[in-house]
Amino acid sequence: MPHLRTNTNRSHGWMGLQRGHKARPVEWLAEKLIFLVSLSAIVMIFLIFLFVAREALPVALGRMNSSLVGKTIPVEEMEKHSPAELMEYLGLTAKQFQGMDKETLKDLMLVKLEAAAEAPTDKDAALNTTSWRYLLGAQQWSGYDKPELIWQPVSKIHKYNLMPLFIGSLKATLVALLFSVPLALGAAIYVSQLAPPRYKEWLKPAIELLAGIPSVVLGFFALIVMASFFQGVFGYQSRLNAFVAGIALGLAIIPGVFSIAEDALTSVPRAYTQGALALGSSKWQAAWKIVLPAALPGVFAAVVLGFGRAIGETMVVLMASGNASIVSWNLFDSTRTMTATIAAELAETVFGGHHYRILFLVGSLLFIVAFLSNMVADMVIHRLKSRLEGKA
Amino acid sequence: MKTFTNMKTLAQHLSIVLATLVVAASVRTGSAATITVKGSDTLVVQAQKWAEIYMNQNNKVKIQVTGGGTGTGFAALQNQTTDLCNASRKIRAAEIAECIKAFGKRPTEYKVCLDGLSVFVAADNPVKELTLEQLMLIFTGKTKNWKAVGGADAPITLYSRENSSGTYEFFKENVLQGNDFAASAQTMPGTAAVLQAVAKDKNGIGYGGAAYGAGAKHLAIKKTDTSPAIEPNEETVVKGTYPIWRYLFVYINPALDKGEAAAYLNWIRSDAGQKVVKEVGYFPLPAHLREK
Repeated sequence: MPHLRTNTNRSHGWMGLQRGHKARPVEWLAEKLIFLVSLSAIVMIFLIFLFVAREALPVALGRMNSSLVGKTIPVEEMEKHSPAELMEYLGLTAKQFQGMDKETLKDLMLVKLEAAAEAPTDKDAALNTTSWRYLLGAQQWSGYDKPELIWQPVSKIHKYNLMPLFIGSLKATLVALLFSVPLALGAAIYVSQLAPPRYKEWLKPAIELLAGIPSVVLGFFALIVMASFFQGVFGYQSRLNAFVAGIALGLAIIPGVFSIAEDALTSVPRAYTQGALALGSSKWQAAWKIVLPAALPGVFAAVVLGFGRAIGETMVVLMASGNASIVSWNLFDSTRTMTATIAAELAETVFGGHHYRILFLVGSLLFIVAFLSNMVADMVIHRLKSRLEGKA
Repeated sequence: MKTFTNMKTLAQHLSIVLATLVVAASVRTGSAATITVKGSDTLVVQAQKWAEIYMNQNNKVKIQVTGGGTGTGFAALQNQTTDLCNASRKIRAAEIAECIKAFGKRPTEYKVCLDGLSVFVAADNPVKELTLEQLMLIFTGKTKNWKAVGGADAPITLYSRENSSGTYEFFKENVLQGNDFAASAQTMPGTAAVLQAVAKDKNGIGYGGAAYGAGAKHLAIKKTDTSPAIEPNEETVVKGTYPIWRYLFVYINPALDKGEAAAYLNWIRSDAGQKVVKEVGYFPLPAHLREK
């Protein structure tokens, strides 16, 4: 029969007409629109990354030079130099150069001289502080007793060392994970394995409701209430520090970690638990020794996602961490994170300048870290699902 | 008290009605000149105040004020997306160069008001006055204990502003002589936040606009060991005897400095414009710098 052959060879075709169905143009249109929208979301993310990376590229490739000492050309000698030399010296494009009359050019040369006159006579003035060596390594700056890692972007000598910011972000994130993972995991085990169904019914949405608190409200709460409370309990010197910020961050990531861990635990087939219970284990033993190990990759994914969220969270750390760029692993010292630094500093930088580009570099690093952690988590969850379904 | 609040709300209602009328009038006639103002967050409240009063008096002009930071303001000036740029610091050579590249001229600078910076400590701190040098040693982290400057035996906690703020840069250049702030200085998002932190911390010290007051003690400042200690107030700041003060600026593309924009700038710098400066927390320009 010929119509069977067309059936095995099914193609979607124009509005599904070839499938032999009634034409449904609206559904077809809706389907394609939704596809377009999801495609545009991916394209958007890609474009955003492209933009951020483009702004950061000159620094990443070492093409910027923040050295404050350079060759200057006196205004009177302007005639002696070729247009190409002048364009290079003044940083002009050919089009800009053509459009300028002599007076404007002279003025521009004068400004260049003024900038050179303003430059400090410090021994560090000639250093290109935007090179990777100074971005990552310690340096003995003039006025300091020993080599130090310093983030002081607004300064006579711009010091752009990123280590204080890395350490700050890691410290706050670590505290957040140490605080939130045991709590979220415990709650997930309880809700998915031990709780009676009627508790589960309202416990899960209640915990997930925490995700609805805007981070600025959480930050405000940490700034006013938690900071004073913890200072009273522990008696440390600086009221705002990595510990307070970390706990507040922990509150922000608990719902995410809980939700994914709970899903992973619930997706372990009931047969596992029932088998264990039939062999005489207690409910707790079944949950702890059978279900949790089976769901471990999913739990790991939850933690990794929590990490991604915590390191990218801005408002809480901006408000509650004290924002001092100290290099120290003491949790009770004030700390400055990468995200808070971008949020606080970007608005006042000279557009296209060193500071601006370095903040974009920090941004792309954050983007990469968050992207990688999300990707790892996603892959792990995917694998877990197929393993539990017996496909791998 | 009740009548007072009533009057206040009445005034608020009136101003809202007036603002609506102004907007409605300008929409209807369609001939209103629009002046856009962008830049420093330090100046944004002051600029809004000026704009509000000026628009009330002069319904032919519409003024849009936004903040975003001095750097943002200069970028907008270069891109010619704003008419006036508020700045809490002087324009840098790199920014002048960008302006020349964009519109061929240096932007014109106008001083619009004075800002005195106070140094705050907690109300029960026994220290009453410091010299500029002591301040530098404290904020660069060389002096770490209050005992060294005549206070109790306790570590000093530093509160500073974000390095994006004009206040931070000004303090760094004029009090720290360009040296770096100690890394342990906690940065606060605004002068009010510094004030609140210092008020709560008996070992704290911070700085900010002199007109912000309540909650903490303003230190008197000595220029050198031998000079008299001067309290920050309008008289000492405007006269220049108090050592820590600065100008706040408005920059404009000289090609746009005409018509309504020029009239507005003149009004800001006249006696009428300077009258409202104190309400916001700054100090008026001395008489010889004002427009007649």
